[in-house]
Order: sequence, then C-alpha cells, then structure tokens
Amino acid sequence: MSEGTAAPRSLARERWRVALRSATLLTGLAILGFWVVCALFGARIAPQDPYADNLLATLAPPSAAHLFGTDQLGRDILSRVIIGARDILIVAPLATLLGTVLGTSLGLAIGYLRGPLDDLVSRVIEAVQALPLVIVALMALAAVGTSNDTVVLVIGFVFTPLIARTVRSAVLVESDLDYVPAARLRGDGALAIMFIEILPNVLPIVAVEMTVRLGYAIFFVASLSFIGFGIQPPSADWGIAIAENYSLIGSYWWTVVFDAGATASLVIGVNLVTDGLASVFET
Amino acid sequence: MRLDRSAVARFLAKRALLSLATLAILSVIVFLGGQLLPGDVGRAVLGPLADARAVALFNHQVGVDRPLLVQYWEWISHFVLGDMGTSFTFRAPVAPFVGAALVNSLKLAGLAFVLVVPLGIAGGVWAALRVGRFSDRALVLLGQSLGVVPEFISSIVLILIFGVWLRWLPMSADWPEGAGWLTQVRYLILPSLPLVLVFFGYVARVARVGTIEALDADYTRTAILKGLTMSQVMRRHVLRNALLPTITVVASLLGYLAGGLVVIETLFHYRGIGALIYAAARAKDFPMLEAGVLTVGAVYALASVLADLLSAALNPRLRVGA
Repeated sequence: MSEGTAAPRSLARERWRVALRSATLLTGLAILGFWVVCALFGARIAPQDPYADNLLATLAPPSAAHLFGTDQLGRDILSRVIIGARDILIVAPLATLLGTVLGTSLGLAIGYLRGPLDDLVSRVIEAVQALPLVIVALMALAAVGTSNDTVVLVIGFVFTPLIARTVRSAVLVESDLDYVPAARLRGDGALAIMFIEILPNVLPIVAVEMTVRLGYAIFFVASLSFIGFGIQPPSADWGIAIAENYSLIGSYWWTVVFDAGATASLVIGVNLVTDGLASVFET
Repeated sequence: MRLDRSAVARFLAKRALLSLATLAILSVIVFLGGQLLPGDVGRAVLGPLADARAVALFNHQVGVDRPLLVQYWEWISHFVLGDMGTSFTFRAPVAPFVGAALVNSLKLAGLAFVLVVPLGIAGGVWAALRVGRFSDRALVLLGQSLGVVPEFISSIVLILIFGVWLRWLPMSADWPEGAGWLTQVRYLILPSLPLVLVFFGYVARVARVGTIEALDADYTRTAILKGLTMSQVMRRHVLRNALLPTITVVASLLGYLAGGLVVIETLFHYRGIGALIYAAARAKDFPMLEAGVLTVGAVYALASVLADLLSAALNPRLRVGA
C-alpha cells in the first residue's frame, strides 16, 4: 500500500475522495439520515397525530386518507412509523456510546498494562462471549427491571468487553511501535501514554467498531422491545407495534408490514454505513 | 508427516480444559446475575406491595438469605450432578423442564443447520468463482443485509408469505399431539427459516473467502497443471480446504443461535430453551433462568470442543501444531 509514503493531509483527502465515491456508504448514510430526520422532527412531519385514537376507523386498510392504514385503535400507522424512529435512535446510540467509552478505556488499560489483569479480563470476556447477547441482556433486565435507562446501561455493559477485545488487540500492535517506548523514556505516565499517545492511533478502529456495534445495538433494542424487555409502551416504537399487532397478521397485514420494513431498512442502512466506513479506513 | 497421537491428545485436552474454565467463570457470572443483581430476590419476585415478613420468609425458604459463597457452592455442586434447583413458578425441579426444552430447541436448530450449511457453502463457492463480478458483490451484500435484520422481522415477512398468502406452511410450531417426525419437520420449517436467513450470509462469507484462498494456492495451480479436470480440482483440493474455516464458524454460530431462539420460539409458540428463558425472565423465576442460561453456555462450550475435534480430524496441520 502507498499509505507509508503519503503525507497525512493527502491521506485524509484520499479518504474523503473514496468516501464520496462509495455507493455503499452514501446509500447507508441516506437511509440513516432519513430516519434521523424522522426521529428529530417526526412530530412535525407526521401527517396526523400518531397518538390520536379514532374508534370509528379501526384497522382500516391503506387508503388516501391513511396511506399505511390504521391500527386497532384507529391510529394512523404512517404517522406512528415516522415517530417510531425516535426512541430506538435515542436508546441504541446512547448504549453504543457507553459501551465504546467503557470498552475503549478497558481495552487501552489491559492492552497496555498486560499482566494478570489482562489474563483475568480476557477470560471473563471469553466467558461472556459464550452467551448470546440477547440472553445476557434478558437476564440482566429481568433482574434490574426494564426501562429505557436500564436498556442503555445493560447493552452498554454487555458491549464493553466486546469492544475492549477489539481495542486491546489494536493496542498490542501499537505498543510495539517506537513512539510508545519513546514516550515512556521521556517519563510520561501510563495514563498519558494510553490516552494521549496510543488512543489517537487506534481511533479509526474504534470508529469502525462503534458503527458495527451501533448496528448490533439497533438489532438488540428492536428485538428486546418486541419481546417486551426494551422500549416500553406507549412509545410508537416499531418493535412494540409489531408485538401488539402480529396476532392480527392473518387479516390485517398493514399493521405489521410497514413497521417491519422500517426496522429492516434502519439496520441495513447502518450496516451499509459500517461497510462503507471500513473500506474508507482501509484506504 | 507422522501422526503424533500424544500431541493430538494434548491439544484436545488443552482445549477441553479451557472450555471448562470458561464455563466455570460463566457459572459465576450467571449466578451473580440471578442472585445478586435483583438485590432482594424475594422483593423482586413478590413485587413492591408484598409484606416485608412474606419477603423475608420467601428469601429464607429459597435460601437466598445465606452467604453468597455457600449459595454458589450449593447451586453449582448440585447443578453438575443434574439437580438444577427448584422453580419458583412451578414449585418443581427445574431439570426436566430444561431437558425437554433443550431437545425441542435442538430439533429446530438441527433443521436450520441442515438447511443453511449446504446453502451457505453453495452460495459462498458460487460467489468465489465469480469473485469481483457484480453477482459476487450482490450475493455478499444480500447475505450481509439478511444477517443484520432481526429475526422477528424476517419471521413476520416469512409468516406473511408462506403462512398467510400462499398457505403452504403452518404459522405456529405447535404440532398436534403425537405427530410423526415428518409432520414435526413440516411445522418446524417456517420457524427455522429466519435462522437460515440470518446465518446464510455468515456461512457463505467464510466459505467464499476459504474458496478464494484455496483457488489462489500453489497446490491448486499444481493440480491444474498436472492435468486434473476442474471438477476434480474443486472436489479434492479447493472444497476440502475451504470447508475447514466453515466448520469453525458454524460451531460459533451455535452459541449465537440461542439468542435468536428466544425471539423465534416465542413468536412461533414453540417450547424450546429460548422460550423457557424468556418465560422465566418474565416470571422472575431465577432458578429456571439461571439453569436455562447456563445450559445454553454449556451447549456452546461443547460445540466449540466438537468443532476443534472435527477440525483436528480434517486438518493434519492442526493435529500436531497449536
């Protein structure tokens, strides 16, 4: 690769060039951007009040008045799908952020300090990985009770060891480079070396890992909400809407199809962004 | 190369011991999750309105008022002998519930694997033979996208298509009492398809990379140059080498699979281990929850040891190295 000879500024420019040309990244960003706009301005975009019952027009099929039809309480599904982006796009990114901050710190610590702490933490990480995340989250949420806050905390904590593992292996590579012993000889403390010297160099890896985790977080929050352990009613969240309506699927398909499509498009959009970013950073 | 039997044994023993250590740590985590996290177990089970004396009595009856270390030892020493404790909900031993649920889940998971492994390998090899072309890129992207869509979403779509519109398959996994295995399979196809969709991309990706590497390798070039037909080269040299990493990934998926089972079994009314864990979490039945979760961990550990065994059996380099 030509990376070694390129000056930092032209590398950054090269990355931008690749980013702007990547159809994957741009498509993903467009989808994600669409839902972020819905989450931020949903109340103003929604054609009707997403929470208003209309018991005279329950379970109405899609029509000009209700493009996506109405649900059991006669609420406009289009409006609810738009506003439904809100909670998941608050909870999942917060959980990802928490996991990234904690996981990066832990990964820096065990990767730089090594020793028995590293061995112990690595074993625990392996043990946690033997369990599917949904099950770990389910168990923790059953114990501490479900609310948006506990979902953020539980997913954040579950992500911590996974992100730490990725950061740790990146830190191991960095620790072998000359600048780390140089900093040590200069008399820098361990904390300064970890956060001032090593962290900036592993940031691209952290960034890619973070978008990967964001995809998983959305997957988990949606799944947990669907089984009643995630976002709670009366939120218009898509997972909740599907859980409430899927017994009607035989006759009233529109009560679940649009929420399902919205969830699928969001996770696929984030995945496209992840994929695109990874190829940009490989440049 | 001479086959060194003691090296094989040592390698496998080391792997098995590592799995045991992982399981031991896991049991501590699961125990702490079930006993410590709720704070007051009796309060969590009986609810905020329960009388303080009733809570204390409950805690005493189920033994959570004893020191943690005593409780852990009591729990784990019985657990390894097959006594998984007593359910809060059913006031009966947990083990028979877990056993029956595990058998059901293994049926579902087995069917999913029977479907996804050949499909994934075929897809991966197909893409590898077209590497860099549009069809290769499209298949990889499709597999990847299917892999990130939550199982309940793909389940809903599949139920709509095959259950509601085409009416080909039953919409729930609740087969009639005493149904033969063929009927059972018919009822299990729809619930297994979301798992197939999620895993297809993973299996295909690993098989694709393995095939590309094997196609690129010197031994493949030699095989072509010495005049073997393309199908002989594929069978003897390429596929055999491409399958190795696939086996490892399939075993690691087995652990991940249980997470999907929670959602799918609940959705399709299927009494497997995922539905058991879900119901136990709902009812705050901590002994049942701990037993279910630790069983899932044990199955995963067993699967990774089996994967090591299988890799060792197929790959002579692993038999002596590592």
